[in-house]
Amino acid sequence: MERTGGGGMIPLSHLLFVSTALFFIGMYGLFTRRNMITMLMSIELLLNSVNINFVVFNKYLYPEKLDGIFFTIFIIAIAAAEAAVAIAIIINLYRSHQSIDVNDAEDMKY
Amino acid sequence: MTASQIIFYILAVFILSTAVLSVTTRKIFRSAIWLLFSLIGIAGLYFFLQVEFIAAVQIIVYAGGIVVLLIFSIFLTQQSGKEMAKAPIVRTIASLLTVVFGFALTWLLIWQHGFQKINKDFDWSVSAIGTRMMGTGKGGFALPFEAMSMLLLAAMIGCIVIAIKTPSPSTKKDKPNTTT
Repeated sequence: MERTGGGGMIPLSHLLFVSTALFFIGMYGLFTRRNMITMLMSIELLLNSVNINFVVFNKYLYPEKLDGIFFTIFIIAIAAAEAAVAIAIIINLYRSHQSIDVNDAEDMKY
Repeated sequence: MTASQIIFYILAVFILSTAVLSVTTRKIFRSAIWLLFSLIGIAGLYFFLQVEFIAAVQIIVYAGGIVVLLIFSIFLTQQSGKEMAKAPIVRTIASLLTVVFGFALTWLLIWQHGFQKINKDFDWSVSAIGTRMMGTGKGGFALPFEAMSMLLLAAMIGCIVIAIKTPSPSTKKDKPNTTT
């Protein structure tokens, strides 16, 4: 199958710029947000930036292997499981505390 | 500048700007929708890189599964239209500095390393990925696949255990409403 283009002209560093910027945007959200659902969204952004890194490194540096693709697939599966469990915990916490703010969940520490 | 490059830079700007809006907007529902746009943009980036299988998985699992789950949980726990509290200015500045310096350091490392592209084609078909995933020989991923299925089963059971309503006497505790 003839495959032309497809990011062939894009330097690897520009793709890594996107993933790095996405990682730190997610990190900013994780630092500033105090609502658990929005923190979960920031974690999804972090995982997505890692996925981009895996795919890009696999495609550009090791095109004869498939390891990066499989890591990406497994990370997506783990992210789905993690989001499901986290949302179950958040809704349970909302039932007992009527709030999903991490500051209101402080009394679980003691 | 070719059309391919222009498409890539449009995609990159789209992904990053929607991600920034997702972490900065103060309405939680809008935040989820911006996250959805960002994830779709990332799927577009995968299509652009010609890894169609990952792009399809990204759309199905993230846009179709996780974002819908997030929106459901927002509707269950949040009054829609209410704005979230603003972060304290000290925390905003501190995290902004952390993020900017962290990004600068990481980008400097990437820039100085200067990855060299291998001039070989990446042309794996979806069936080759499927054969690899079930393969038990060299380069096969059957064991991680099985481990992942165990993890998903454990997550499913864990969700049921967490969400099940225990008929204990502590359910009528009448906790004071602590929302501000």
